[in-house]
Amino acid sequence: MDELRELYQEVILDHGKHPRNFKSIEDATSKAHGNNPLCGDQLTIYIKLSDDGLIQDIAFTGRGCAISMASASMLTELAIGKTESRMNEIFTAFHEMCIGSGNSIELDEELEKLQVLSGVREFPTRVKCATLSWHTLIAALSGDIEVTTE
Amino acid sequence: MQSVSDIKENTEPLDFNKIREDFPIFRQSMNGSPLVFLDSAASAQKPQQVIDTIREVYENEYANVHRGLYKISELLTHRYEGVRDIICNYINAANSHEIIFTRNATESINLIANSFGRSFLKKGDEIVITELEHHANIVPWQLLREEKGIVIKVAPINDIGDVIMSEFEKILGPRTKLVAVSHMSNVLGTVLPVVEITKMAHSVGAKVLIDGCQSVTHIPVDVKEIGCDFFVFSGHKLYGPSGVGVLYGREDLLEKMPPYMGGGDMISSVTFEKSTWANFPHKFEAGTPAIVQVIGLGAAIEYINSIGLKQISIHENNLLEYATPKLLNIDGLRLIGKSINKASVLSFTLDFAHPHDIATIIDRSGVAVRAGHHCAQPLMERMDIPATVRASIGMYNDYNDIDSLIEAINVVHEIFN
Ligand SMILES: Cc1ncc(COP(=O)(O)O)c(C=O)c1O
Repeated sequence: MDELRELYQEVILDHGKHPRNFKSIEDATSKAHGNNPLCGDQLTIYIKLSDDGLIQDIAFTGRGCAISMASASMLTELAIGKTESRMNEIFTAFHEMCIGSGNSIELDEELEKLQVLSGVREFPTRVKCATLSWHTLIAALSGDIEVTTE
Repeated sequence: MQSVSDIKENTEPLDFNKIREDFPIFRQSMNGSPLVFLDSAASAQKPQQVIDTIREVYENEYANVHRGLYKISELLTHRYEGVRDIICNYINAANSHEIIFTRNATESINLIANSFGRSFLKKGDEIVITELEHHANIVPWQLLREEKGIVIKVAPINDIGDVIMSEFEKILGPRTKLVAVSHMSNVLGTVLPVVEITKMAHSVGAKVLIDGCQSVTHIPVDVKEIGCDFFVFSGHKLYGPSGVGVLYGREDLLEKMPPYMGGGDMISSVTFEKSTWANFPHKFEAGTPAIVQVIGLGAAIEYINSIGLKQISIHENNLLEYATPKLLNIDGLRLIGKSINKASVLSFTLDFAHPHDIATIIDRSGVAVRAGHHCAQPLMERMDIPATVRASIGMYNDYNDIDSLIEAINVVHEIFN
Protein backbone atom coordinates (compact mmCIF):
# COMPACT_ATOMS: atom_id res chain seq x y z
CA MET A 1 0.00 0.00 0.00
CA ASP A 2 2.81 2.40 0.89
CA GLU A 3 4.54 1.58 -2.35
CA LEU A 4 1.32 2.27 -4.18
CA ARG A 5 0.93 5.64 -2.48
CA GLU A 6 4.54 6.36 -3.36
CA LEU A 7 3.82 5.50 -6.99
CA TYR A 8 0.53 7.32 -7.27
CA GLN A 9 1.46 10.56 -5.58
CA GLU A 10 -0.86 13.54 -5.73
CA VAL A 11 1.37 15.25 -8.30
CA ILE A 12 1.25 12.27 -10.61
CA LEU A 13 -2.49 11.86 -10.36
CA ASP A 14 -2.86 15.55 -11.06
CA HIS A 15 -0.60 15.48 -14.14
CA GLY A 16 -2.30 12.27 -15.22
CA LYS A 17 -5.74 13.79 -15.07
CA HIS A 18 -4.80 17.24 -16.33
CA PRO A 19 -1.77 16.80 -18.54
CA ARG A 20 0.08 20.02 -19.36
CA ASN A 21 0.91 20.94 -22.96
CA PHE A 22 -1.56 18.35 -24.16
CA LYS A 23 -2.04 19.43 -27.76
CA SER A 24 -0.43 19.20 -31.13
CA ILE A 25 1.86 21.87 -32.59
CA GLU A 26 1.03 22.72 -36.17
CA ASP A 27 4.43 24.11 -37.14
CA ALA A 28 6.52 21.62 -35.21
CA THR A 29 10.08 21.25 -36.48
CA SER A 30 10.08 17.61 -35.46
CA LYS A 31 7.72 15.08 -34.07
CA ALA A 32 7.77 11.40 -33.19
CA HIS A 33 5.30 8.73 -32.32
CA GLY A 34 5.91 6.43 -29.38
CA ASN A 35 4.18 3.12 -28.90
CA ASN A 36 4.27 0.54 -26.17
CA PRO A 37 2.94 -2.49 -28.01
CA LEU A 38 2.59 -4.51 -24.85
CA CYS A 39 0.04 -2.26 -23.26
CA GLY A 40 -1.11 -0.11 -26.16
CA ASP A 41 0.06 3.22 -24.76
CA GLN A 42 0.56 5.67 -27.60
CA LEU A 43 1.79 9.19 -27.75
CA THR A 44 3.08 11.76 -30.17
CA ILE A 45 5.55 14.43 -29.16
CA TYR A 46 5.80 17.70 -31.08
CA ILE A 47 8.84 19.92 -30.79
CA LYS A 48 9.71 23.34 -32.10
CA LEU A 49 13.42 24.01 -32.09
CA SER A 50 14.86 27.49 -32.31
CA ASP A 51 17.68 28.28 -34.72
CA ASP A 52 20.24 27.88 -31.99
CA GLY A 53 18.96 24.41 -31.09
CA LEU A 54 16.86 25.17 -28.05
CA ILE A 55 13.50 23.55 -27.45
CA GLN A 56 11.22 26.51 -27.93
CA ASP A 57 7.93 24.73 -27.67
CA ILE A 58 6.91 21.17 -26.93
CA ALA A 59 3.59 19.39 -26.60
CA PHE A 60 2.11 15.92 -26.79
CA THR A 61 -1.03 14.01 -27.61
CA GLY A 62 -1.95 10.41 -26.98
CA ARG A 63 -3.37 8.07 -24.45
CA GLY A 64 -2.05 5.87 -21.74
CA CYS A 65 -1.96 5.16 -18.05
CA ALA A 66 -1.55 7.74 -15.31
CA ILE A 67 2.18 7.14 -15.14
CA SER A 68 2.85 7.59 -18.84
CA MET A 69 0.58 10.63 -19.10
CA ALA A 70 2.12 12.25 -16.03
CA SER A 71 5.64 11.53 -17.19
CA ALA A 72 4.95 13.03 -20.62
CA SER A 73 3.29 16.05 -19.06
CA MET A 74 6.20 16.69 -16.70
CA LEU A 75 8.66 16.12 -19.49
CA THR A 76 7.11 18.88 -21.59
CA GLU A 77 7.26 21.30 -18.68
CA LEU A 78 10.89 20.57 -18.10
CA ALA A 79 12.11 20.56 -21.69
CA ILE A 80 11.40 24.14 -22.65
CA GLY A 81 14.56 26.13 -23.21
CA LYS A 82 16.86 23.10 -23.14
CA THR A 83 19.14 21.63 -25.80
CA GLU A 84 19.14 18.11 -27.18
CA SER A 85 22.32 17.19 -25.37
CA ARG A 86 20.99 18.47 -22.07
CA MET A 87 17.82 16.44 -22.49
CA ASN A 88 19.93 13.38 -23.23
CA GLU A 89 21.80 13.90 -19.99
CA ILE A 90 18.65 14.27 -17.99
CA PHE A 91 17.14 11.21 -19.62
CA THR A 92 20.11 9.07 -18.69
CA ALA A 93 19.85 10.16 -15.09
CA PHE A 94 16.07 9.81 -15.09
CA HIS A 95 16.27 6.33 -16.55
CA GLU A 96 18.72 5.26 -13.89
CA MET A 97 16.43 6.66 -11.26
CA CYS A 98 13.52 4.68 -12.66
CA ILE A 99 15.33 1.38 -12.65
CA GLY A 100 16.77 2.05 -9.24
CA SER A 101 20.44 2.21 -10.15
CA GLY A 102 22.69 5.23 -10.13
CA ASN A 103 21.86 6.49 -6.65
CA SER A 104 25.20 8.23 -6.79
CA ILE A 105 23.88 10.70 -9.32
CA GLU A 106 23.54 14.14 -7.96
CA LEU A 107 20.02 15.32 -8.24
CA ASP A 108 20.03 18.68 -9.78
CA GLU A 109 17.01 20.85 -9.92
CA GLU A 110 15.44 19.33 -13.04
CA LEU A 111 15.79 15.81 -11.84
CA GLU A 112 14.43 16.66 -8.48
CA LYS A 113 11.13 17.53 -10.08
CA LEU A 114 11.04 14.12 -11.70
CA GLN A 115 11.73 12.47 -8.39
CA VAL A 116 7.99 11.91 -7.89
CA LEU A 117 8.17 9.32 -10.64
CA SER A 118 10.85 7.29 -8.88
CA GLY A 119 8.14 5.14 -7.30
CA VAL A 120 8.15 3.06 -10.49
CA ARG A 121 11.37 1.42 -9.39
CA GLU A 122 9.28 -0.81 -7.15
CA PHE A 123 7.19 -1.78 -10.18
CA PRO A 124 9.54 -3.02 -12.90
CA THR A 125 6.69 -3.59 -15.37
CA ARG A 126 5.79 0.07 -15.15
CA VAL A 127 9.20 1.56 -15.90
CA LYS A 128 8.37 1.67 -19.59
CA CYS A 129 5.29 3.73 -18.84
CA ALA A 130 7.48 6.35 -17.24
CA THR A 131 10.08 6.34 -19.98
CA LEU A 132 7.91 6.09 -23.13
CA SER A 133 7.65 9.85 -23.53
CA TRP A 134 11.37 10.21 -23.02
CA HIS A 135 12.22 7.62 -25.64
CA THR A 136 9.85 9.41 -27.98
CA LEU A 137 11.40 12.79 -27.27
CA ILE A 138 14.91 11.49 -27.91
CA ALA A 139 13.68 9.93 -31.15
CA ALA A 140 12.11 13.20 -32.25
CA LEU A 141 15.28 15.13 -31.45
CA SER A 142 17.44 12.75 -33.41
CA GLY A 143 15.14 12.77 -36.41
CA ASP A 144 13.37 9.42 -35.98
CA ILE A 145 9.64 9.36 -36.34
CA GLU A 146 8.70 6.10 -34.72
CA VAL A 147 9.78 4.42 -31.54
CA THR A 148 8.50 1.33 -29.77
CA THR A 149 9.46 0.01 -26.39
CA GLU A 150 9.84 -3.74 -26.40
CA MET B 1 -13.50 -42.27 -17.88
CA GLN B 2 -16.50 -40.92 -19.70
CA SER B 3 -18.77 -42.85 -17.37
CA VAL B 4 -17.12 -41.43 -14.26
CA SER B 5 -17.78 -37.91 -15.45
CA ASP B 6 -21.33 -38.77 -16.42
CA ILE B 7 -22.16 -40.02 -12.96
CA LYS B 8 -20.54 -37.07 -11.25
CA GLU B 9 -22.07 -34.53 -13.56
CA ASN B 10 -25.53 -35.32 -12.41
CA THR B 11 -25.13 -35.95 -8.73
CA GLU B 12 -22.25 -34.56 -6.75
CA PRO B 13 -21.59 -30.87 -6.31
CA LEU B 14 -18.04 -29.77 -6.94
CA ASP B 15 -15.74 -30.61 -4.05
CA PHE B 16 -14.07 -27.28 -4.24
CA ASN B 17 -11.52 -27.74 -1.46
CA LYS B 18 -10.32 -30.96 -2.95
CA ILE B 19 -9.82 -29.29 -6.32
CA ARG B 20 -7.88 -26.43 -4.86
CA GLU B 21 -5.62 -28.86 -3.03
CA ASP B 22 -4.85 -30.51 -6.33
CA PHE B 23 -3.15 -27.33 -7.56
CA PRO B 24 0.18 -26.91 -5.76
CA ILE B 25 0.53 -23.26 -6.76
CA PHE B 26 -2.14 -22.32 -4.25
CA ARG B 27 -0.02 -23.59 -1.39
CA GLN B 28 2.23 -20.59 -1.88
CA SER B 29 1.51 -17.07 -0.87
CA MET B 30 1.94 -13.87 -2.82
CA ASN B 31 2.94 -10.73 -0.94
CA GLY B 32 1.94 -12.50 2.27
CA SER B 33 -1.52 -13.65 1.25
CA PRO B 34 -2.68 -16.67 -0.71
CA LEU B 35 -2.50 -16.27 -4.45
CA VAL B 36 -5.73 -15.08 -5.99
CA PHE B 37 -5.39 -16.18 -9.57
CA LEU B 38 -7.91 -14.68 -11.94
CA ASP B 39 -5.99 -15.04 -15.18
CA SER B 40 -6.83 -18.54 -16.34
CA ALA B 41 -7.98 -17.27 -19.72
CA ALA B 42 -4.34 -16.41 -20.42
CA SER B 43 -3.04 -19.71 -19.12
CA ALA B 44 -4.35 -22.03 -16.45
CA GLN B 45 -2.55 -23.46 -13.43
CA LYS B 46 -1.62 -27.14 -13.47
CA PRO B 47 -2.94 -29.85 -11.16
CA GLN B 48 -0.56 -32.18 -9.34
CA GLN B 49 -1.76 -35.01 -11.58
CA VAL B 50 -0.35 -33.27 -14.66
CA ILE B 51 2.88 -32.33 -12.95
CA ASP B 52 3.34 -35.88 -11.64
CA THR B 53 2.62 -37.41 -15.02
CA ILE B 54 5.26 -35.25 -16.65
CA ARG B 55 7.80 -36.03 -13.95
CA GLU B 56 7.09 -39.74 -14.09
CA VAL B 57 7.53 -39.89 -17.84
CA TYR B 58 10.90 -38.23 -17.61
CA GLU B 59 11.94 -40.40 -14.69
CA ASN B 60 10.74 -43.77 -15.91
CA GLU B 61 10.00 -44.07 -19.57
CA TYR B 62 11.37 -41.21 -21.61
CA ALA B 63 12.48 -41.91 -25.18
CA ASN B 64 11.67 -40.58 -28.62
CA VAL B 65 8.42 -41.71 -30.19
CA HIS B 66 7.78 -43.49 -33.47
CA ARG B 67 11.41 -44.53 -33.79
CA GLY B 68 12.98 -46.80 -31.27
CA LEU B 69 12.46 -50.49 -31.60
CA TYR B 70 13.05 -50.85 -27.91
CA LYS B 71 10.56 -51.24 -25.15
CA ILE B 72 10.29 -47.80 -23.59
CA SER B 73 10.05 -46.10 -26.94
CA GLU B 74 7.24 -48.42 -27.89
CA LEU B 75 5.45 -47.87 -24.60
CA LEU B 76 5.81 -44.14 -24.83
CA THR B 77 4.67 -44.08 -28.44
CA HIS B 78 1.61 -45.95 -27.33
CA ARG B 79 0.94 -43.45 -24.58
CA TYR B 80 1.53 -40.50 -26.86
CA GLU B 81 -0.80 -41.87 -29.51
CA GLY B 82 -3.34 -42.71 -26.81
CA VAL B 83 -3.80 -39.02 -26.08
CA ARG B 84 -5.47 -38.69 -29.48
CA ASP B 85 -8.19 -41.00 -28.19
CA ILE B 86 -8.57 -38.93 -25.02
CA ILE B 87 -8.94 -35.74 -27.05
CA CYS B 88 -11.17 -37.44 -29.60
CA ASN B 89 -13.54 -38.35 -26.75
CA TYR B 90 -13.25 -34.96 -25.11
CA ILE B 91 -14.44 -33.07 -28.17
CA ASN B 92 -16.45 -35.99 -29.55
CA ALA B 93 -14.62 -36.27 -32.85
CA ALA B 94 -15.41 -39.20 -35.12
CA ASN B 95 -11.86 -40.54 -35.37
CA SER B 96 -8.67 -40.28 -33.34
CA HIS B 97 -6.61 -39.74 -36.48
CA GLU B 98 -8.47 -36.47 -36.97
CA ILE B 99 -6.55 -35.11 -33.97
CA ILE B 100 -3.27 -33.41 -34.89
CA PHE B 101 -0.77 -32.17 -32.35
CA THR B 102 0.71 -28.73 -32.83
CA ARG B 103 2.51 -26.31 -30.52
CA ASN B 104 -0.55 -24.23 -29.72
CA ALA B 105 -3.78 -22.92 -31.19
CA THR B 106 -1.84 -20.26 -33.06
CA GLU B 107 0.14 -22.91 -34.88
CA SER B 108 -3.03 -24.88 -35.56
CA ILE B 109 -4.58 -21.88 -37.30
CA ASN B 110 -1.38 -21.17 -39.21
CA LEU B 111 -1.33 -24.79 -40.30
CA ILE B 112 -4.80 -24.40 -41.76
CA ALA B 113 -3.88 -21.12 -43.44
CA ASN B 114 -0.72 -22.58 -44.93
CA SER B 115 -2.00 -25.97 -45.92
CA PHE B 116 -5.71 -25.60 -46.60
CA GLY B 117 -5.53 -21.89 -47.41
CA ARG B 118 -2.61 -21.94 -49.81
CA SER B 119 -3.84 -25.02 -51.64
CA PHE B 120 -7.54 -24.43 -51.92
CA LEU B 121 -8.11 -20.68 -51.79
CA LYS B 122 -7.50 -18.35 -54.68
CA LYS B 123 -7.65 -14.68 -55.46
CA GLY B 124 -11.01 -13.14 -54.61
CA ASP B 125 -12.09 -15.97 -52.31
CA GLU B 126 -13.46 -14.72 -49.03
CA ILE B 127 -12.73 -15.61 -45.44
CA VAL B 128 -15.22 -14.42 -42.84
CA ILE B 129 -14.13 -13.68 -39.27
CA THR B 130 -15.75 -11.57 -36.54
CA GLU B 131 -14.86 -8.36 -34.75
CA LEU B 132 -14.06 -10.17 -31.53
CA GLU B 133 -11.27 -12.42 -32.83
CA HIS B 134 -7.93 -12.95 -31.18
CA HIS B 135 -4.94 -11.85 -33.27
CA ALA B 136 -4.21 -15.55 -33.81
CA ASN B 137 -7.37 -15.73 -35.90
CA ILE B 138 -6.68 -12.51 -37.80
CA VAL B 139 -3.02 -12.27 -38.72
CA PRO B 140 -2.63 -15.70 -40.42
CA TRP B 141 -5.41 -14.71 -42.82
CA GLN B 142 -3.74 -11.38 -43.50
CA LEU B 143 -0.54 -13.21 -44.40
CA LEU B 144 -2.56 -15.41 -46.70
CA ARG B 145 -4.23 -12.33 -48.17
CA GLU B 146 -0.83 -10.87 -49.03
CA GLU B 147 0.19 -14.03 -50.77
CA LYS B 148 -3.01 -15.12 -52.49
CA GLY B 149 -5.14 -12.02 -52.77
CA ILE B 150 -8.00 -13.47 -50.77
CA VAL B 151 -10.50 -11.12 -49.12
CA ILE B 152 -11.14 -10.92 -45.37
CA LYS B 153 -14.64 -9.95 -44.29
CA VAL B 154 -15.45 -9.06 -40.74
CA ALA B 155 -18.82 -9.76 -39.15
CA PRO B 156 -19.75 -7.02 -36.67
CA ILE B 157 -20.72 -7.43 -33.03
CA ASN B 158 -23.18 -5.32 -31.06
CA ASP B 159 -22.44 -3.24 -27.96
CA ILE B 160 -22.98 -6.08 -25.52
CA GLY B 161 -20.64 -8.31 -27.46
CA ASP B 162 -22.81 -10.64 -29.49
CA VAL B 163 -22.19 -11.29 -33.16
CA ILE B 164 -25.03 -9.67 -35.11
CA MET B 165 -26.27 -12.77 -36.84
CA SER B 166 -28.30 -10.97 -39.50
CA GLU B 167 -25.15 -9.09 -40.52
CA PHE B 168 -23.13 -12.27 -40.43
CA GLU B 169 -25.58 -13.92 -42.75
CA LYS B 170 -25.44 -10.98 -45.16
CA ILE B 171 -21.67 -11.21 -45.40
CA LEU B 172 -21.80 -14.83 -46.49
CA GLY B 173 -21.96 -15.46 -50.20
CA PRO B 174 -20.82 -17.66 -53.04
CA ARG B 175 -17.23 -16.47 -52.64
CA THR B 176 -17.08 -17.34 -48.94
CA LYS B 177 -14.70 -20.26 -48.69
CA LEU B 178 -13.92 -20.27 -44.98
CA VAL B 179 -15.62 -18.98 -41.85
CA ALA B 180 -13.18 -18.73 -38.95
CA VAL B 181 -14.64 -17.70 -35.61
CA SER B 182 -14.02 -18.01 -31.90
CA HIS B 183 -16.22 -20.35 -29.95
CA MET B 184 -15.83 -18.07 -26.96
CA SER B 185 -14.31 -14.61 -26.76
CA ASN B 186 -11.22 -14.31 -24.56
CA VAL B 187 -12.12 -10.69 -23.79
CA LEU B 188 -15.92 -10.56 -23.64
CA GLY B 189 -16.68 -14.08 -22.57
CA THR B 190 -19.35 -14.26 -25.27
CA VAL B 191 -20.15 -17.79 -26.37
CA LEU B 192 -20.91 -17.71 -30.07
CA PRO B 193 -23.76 -19.69 -31.63
CA VAL B 194 -21.36 -21.95 -33.48
CA VAL B 195 -23.96 -24.51 -34.54
CA GLU B 196 -25.98 -21.83 -36.29
CA ILE B 197 -22.86 -20.19 -37.70
CA THR B 198 -21.67 -23.50 -39.08
CA LYS B 199 -25.04 -24.25 -40.68
CA MET B 200 -25.15 -20.86 -42.37
CA ALA B 201 -21.57 -21.19 -43.58
CA HIS B 202 -22.12 -24.67 -44.93
CA SER B 203 -25.21 -23.54 -46.76
CA VAL B 204 -23.03 -21.31 -48.94
CA GLY B 205 -20.46 -24.04 -49.30
CA ALA B 206 -17.84 -22.57 -46.94
CA LYS B 207 -15.69 -24.57 -44.54
CA VAL B 208 -15.76 -23.68 -40.86
CA LEU B 209 -12.91 -23.26 -38.41
CA ILE B 210 -13.73 -22.81 -34.73
CA ASP B 211 -11.13 -21.33 -32.39
CA GLY B 212 -11.94 -23.23 -29.22
CA CYS B 213 -9.10 -21.89 -27.07
CA GLN B 214 -11.43 -20.47 -24.46
CA SER B 215 -14.42 -22.75 -24.85
CA VAL B 216 -12.73 -26.10 -24.25
CA THR B 217 -12.12 -25.27 -20.62
CA HIS B 218 -15.68 -24.17 -19.83
CA ILE B 219 -18.18 -25.74 -22.20
CA PRO B 220 -18.56 -29.38 -23.22
CA VAL B 221 -17.53 -29.38 -26.87
CA ASP B 222 -19.02 -31.70 -29.45
CA VAL B 223 -17.49 -31.13 -32.87
CA LYS B 224 -19.97 -33.50 -34.49
CA GLU B 225 -22.88 -31.55 -33.13
CA ILE B 226 -21.28 -28.24 -34.13
CA GLY B 227 -20.58 -29.73 -37.51
CA CYS B 228 -17.40 -27.69 -37.98
CA ASP B 229 -14.59 -28.71 -40.29
CA PHE B 230 -11.74 -27.57 -38.04
CA PHE B 231 -11.50 -26.96 -34.32
CA VAL B 232 -8.36 -25.71 -32.58
CA PHE B 233 -7.20 -25.15 -29.02
CA SER B 234 -4.11 -24.90 -26.80
CA GLY B 235 -3.16 -27.29 -24.04
CA HIS B 236 -1.92 -24.68 -21.60
CA LYS B 237 -5.32 -23.09 -21.09
CA LEU B 238 -6.81 -26.50 -20.44
CA TYR B 239 -4.78 -27.08 -17.27
CA GLY B 240 -2.14 -28.87 -19.36
CA PRO B 241 1.43 -27.96 -20.22
CA SER B 242 2.47 -25.23 -22.61
CA GLY B 243 4.03 -26.32 -25.89
CA VAL B 244 1.18 -28.47 -27.13
CA GLY B 245 -1.88 -27.49 -29.11
CA VAL B 246 -4.52 -29.37 -31.03
CA LEU B 247 -5.99 -29.21 -34.48
CA TYR B 248 -9.06 -31.25 -35.17
CA GLY B 249 -9.84 -31.56 -38.85
CA ARG B 250 -12.40 -33.55 -40.75
CA GLU B 251 -10.94 -36.65 -42.31
CA ASP B 252 -11.82 -35.84 -45.90
CA LEU B 253 -10.14 -32.45 -45.63
CA LEU B 254 -7.01 -33.68 -43.88
CA GLU B 255 -6.70 -36.29 -46.58
CA LYS B 256 -6.52 -33.63 -49.29
CA MET B 257 -4.43 -31.07 -47.46
CA PRO B 258 -0.68 -31.03 -48.18
CA PRO B 259 1.90 -31.08 -45.37
CA TYR B 260 2.64 -27.85 -43.59
CA MET B 261 6.23 -28.57 -42.65
CA GLY B 262 8.68 -31.13 -44.01
CA GLY B 263 11.09 -33.32 -42.11
CA GLY B 264 11.26 -36.49 -40.12
CA ASP B 265 8.19 -38.31 -38.87
CA MET B 266 5.94 -36.96 -41.60
CA ILE B 267 7.21 -39.03 -44.51
CA SER B 268 6.51 -42.37 -46.00
CA SER B 269 9.71 -42.56 -48.03
CA VAL B 270 12.43 -40.12 -49.02
CA THR B 271 14.84 -40.08 -51.93
CA PHE B 272 16.64 -37.06 -53.29
CA GLU B 273 14.31 -37.10 -56.25
CA LYS B 274 11.03 -37.43 -54.46
CA SER B 275 9.45 -38.03 -51.10
CA THR B 276 6.04 -39.30 -50.21
CA TRP B 277 4.07 -38.36 -47.17
CA ALA B 278 2.85 -40.35 -44.27
CA ASN B 279 -0.86 -40.43 -43.71
CA PHE B 280 -2.49 -37.89 -41.46
CA PRO B 281 -2.20 -37.13 -38.61
CA HIS B 282 1.55 -37.74 -38.95
CA LYS B 283 1.70 -35.91 -42.27
CA PHE B 284 1.20 -32.72 -40.25
CA GLU B 285 3.58 -33.54 -37.40
CA ALA B 286 7.07 -33.08 -38.78
CA GLY B 287 9.96 -33.57 -36.40
CA THR B 288 10.06 -34.75 -32.82
CA PRO B 289 6.81 -33.65 -31.26
CA ALA B 290 6.18 -32.26 -27.79
CA ILE B 291 6.10 -35.82 -26.47
CA VAL B 292 5.86 -35.24 -22.76
CA GLN B 293 3.60 -32.22 -23.11
CA VAL B 294 1.16 -34.23 -25.18
CA ILE B 295 1.07 -36.89 -22.49
CA GLY B 296 0.66 -34.13 -19.89
CA LEU B 297 -2.29 -32.77 -21.84
CA GLY B 298 -3.83 -36.22 -21.78
CA ALA B 299 -3.46 -36.23 -17.99
CA ALA B 300 -5.07 -32.78 -17.79
CA ILE B 301 -8.11 -33.90 -19.76
CA GLU B 302 -8.42 -37.05 -17.67
CA TYR B 303 -8.31 -34.84 -14.60
CA ILE B 304 -11.09 -32.64 -15.98
CA ASN B 305 -13.10 -35.72 -16.87
CA SER B 306 -12.71 -37.07 -13.35
CA ILE B 307 -14.43 -33.95 -12.05
CA GLY B 308 -16.81 -33.42 -14.94
CA LEU B 309 -16.71 -30.41 -17.22
CA LYS B 310 -20.39 -29.76 -16.63
CA GLN B 311 -19.77 -29.51 -12.90
CA ILE B 312 -16.88 -27.16 -13.52
CA SER B 313 -19.01 -25.08 -15.81
CA ILE B 314 -21.80 -24.79 -13.23
CA HIS B 315 -19.30 -23.75 -10.56
CA GLU B 316 -17.76 -21.12 -12.84
CA ASN B 317 -21.14 -19.76 -13.83
CA ASN B 318 -22.11 -19.41 -10.18
CA LEU B 319 -18.99 -17.33 -9.64
CA LEU B 320 -19.74 -15.25 -12.69
CA GLU B 321 -23.23 -14.55 -11.43
CA TYR B 322 -21.90 -13.71 -8.00
CA ALA B 323 -19.30 -11.33 -9.38
CA THR B 324 -21.28 -9.50 -12.05
CA PRO B 325 -23.66 -7.45 -9.83
CA LYS B 326 -20.83 -6.72 -7.40
CA LEU B 327 -18.75 -5.27 -10.20
CA LEU B 328 -21.64 -3.30 -11.63
CA ASN B 329 -22.15 -1.79 -8.20
CA ILE B 330 -18.79 -0.07 -8.37
CA ASP B 331 -19.01 3.58 -9.37
CA GLY B 332 -17.50 4.30 -12.75
CA LEU B 333 -17.10 0.66 -13.71
CA ARG B 334 -17.99 -0.36 -17.24
CA LEU B 335 -18.37 -4.05 -17.86
CA ILE B 336 -17.15 -4.93 -21.35
CA GLY B 337 -19.10 -7.91 -22.62
CA LYS B 338 -22.64 -8.37 -21.39
CA SER B 339 -23.97 -11.11 -23.57
CA ILE B 340 -26.39 -13.45 -21.88
CA ASN B 341 -24.45 -16.24 -23.51
CA LYS B 342 -21.25 -15.66 -21.68
CA ALA B 343 -18.81 -17.64 -19.60
CA SER B 344 -16.02 -17.13 -17.10
CA VAL B 345 -14.60 -13.80 -18.22
CA LEU B 346 -15.08 -10.37 -16.62
CA SER B 347 -13.56 -7.52 -18.59
CA PHE B 348 -13.99 -4.00 -17.35
CA THR B 349 -12.73 -0.44 -17.35
CA LEU B 350 -13.00 2.24 -14.70
CA ASP B 351 -13.69 5.78 -15.80
CA PHE B 352 -11.23 7.23 -13.29
CA ALA B 353 -8.20 5.01 -13.88
CA HIS B 354 -6.43 3.40 -16.79
CA PRO B 355 -6.43 -0.42 -16.95
CA HIS B 356 -2.69 -0.58 -16.30
CA ASP B 357 -2.93 1.50 -13.19
CA ILE B 358 -5.80 -0.67 -12.05
CA ALA B 359 -3.85 -3.86 -12.71
CA THR B 360 -0.79 -2.57 -10.83
CA ILE B 361 -2.88 -1.72 -7.80
CA ILE B 362 -4.86 -4.95 -7.94
CA ASP B 363 -1.64 -6.92 -8.26
CA ARG B 364 -0.30 -5.39 -5.05
CA SER B 365 -3.34 -6.80 -3.31
CA GLY B 366 -2.20 -10.24 -4.38
CA VAL B 367 -4.82 -10.60 -7.11
CA ALA B 368 -3.52 -11.65 -10.52
CA VAL B 369 -5.59 -10.21 -13.35
CA ARG B 370 -4.56 -9.15 -16.80
CA ALA B 371 -4.71 -5.69 -18.29
CA GLY B 372 -4.18 -4.80 -21.91
CA HIS B 373 -5.67 -5.43 -25.30
CA HIS B 374 -5.61 -9.22 -24.81
CA CYS B 375 -4.40 -9.75 -28.37
CA ALA B 376 -7.66 -8.31 -29.65
CA GLN B 377 -6.80 -4.78 -30.73
CA PRO B 378 -9.57 -4.55 -33.34
CA LEU B 379 -12.06 -5.45 -30.61
CA MET B 380 -10.66 -2.69 -28.36
CA GLU B 381 -11.18 -0.29 -31.21
CA ARG B 382 -14.73 -1.53 -31.73
CA MET B 383 -15.51 -1.00 -28.06
CA ASP B 384 -13.69 2.34 -28.16
CA ILE B 385 -11.35 1.56 -25.27
CA PRO B 386 -7.56 1.37 -25.12
CA ALA B 387 -7.51 -1.77 -23.00
CA THR B 388 -9.47 -3.62 -20.36
CA VAL B 389 -8.76 -5.25 -17.06
CA ARG B 390 -9.75 -8.86 -17.32
CA ALA B 391 -10.53 -11.24 -14.50
CA SER B 392 -11.08 -14.77 -15.73
CA ILE B 393 -12.33 -17.71 -13.75
CA GLY B 394 -10.99 -21.25 -13.60
CA MET B 395 -12.22 -24.33 -11.81
CA TYR B 396 -10.11 -23.56 -8.72
CA ASN B 397 -11.52 -20.09 -8.10
CA ASP B 398 -14.07 -19.44 -5.38
CA TYR B 399 -16.18 -16.69 -3.88
CA ASN B 400 -13.27 -15.42 -1.78
CA ASP B 401 -11.32 -14.72 -4.94
CA ILE B 402 -14.14 -12.55 -6.22
CA ASP B 403 -14.35 -10.74 -2.89
CA SER B 404 -10.62 -10.08 -3.02
CA LEU B 405 -11.00 -8.65 -6.51
CA ILE B 406 -13.77 -6.32 -5.40
CA GLU B 407 -11.73 -5.18 -2.40
CA ALA B 408 -8.76 -4.55 -4.63
CA ILE B 409 -10.85 -2.43 -6.99
CA ASN B 410 -11.97 -0.42 -3.97
CA VAL B 411 -8.32 0.32 -3.26
CA VAL B 412 -8.01 1.72 -6.78
CA HIS B 413 -10.94 3.94 -5.97
CA GLU B 414 -9.30 5.13 -2.77
CA ILE B 415 -6.03 5.97 -4.46
CA PHE B 416 -7.52 7.72 -7.45
CA ASN B 417 -10.35 9.61 -5.82
C1 LIG C 1 -9.54 -17.02 -28.34
C2 LIG C 1 -8.08 -17.31 -28.44
N1 LIG C 1 -7.55 -17.69 -29.60
C3 LIG C 1 -6.25 -17.96 -29.74
C4 LIG C 1 -5.38 -17.84 -28.68
C5 LIG C 1 -3.94 -18.15 -28.90
O1 LIG C 1 -3.50 -19.18 -28.09
P1 LIG C 1 -1.99 -19.59 -28.06
O2 LIG C 1 -1.22 -18.36 -27.73
O3 LIG C 1 -1.89 -20.62 -27.01
O4 LIG C 1 -1.65 -20.11 -29.41
C6 LIG C 1 -5.87 -17.44 -27.45
C7 LIG C 1 -4.98 -17.26 -26.30
O5 LIG C 1 -4.77 -16.21 -25.77
C8 LIG C 1 -7.25 -17.16 -27.31
O6 LIG C 1 -7.77 -16.78 -26.15
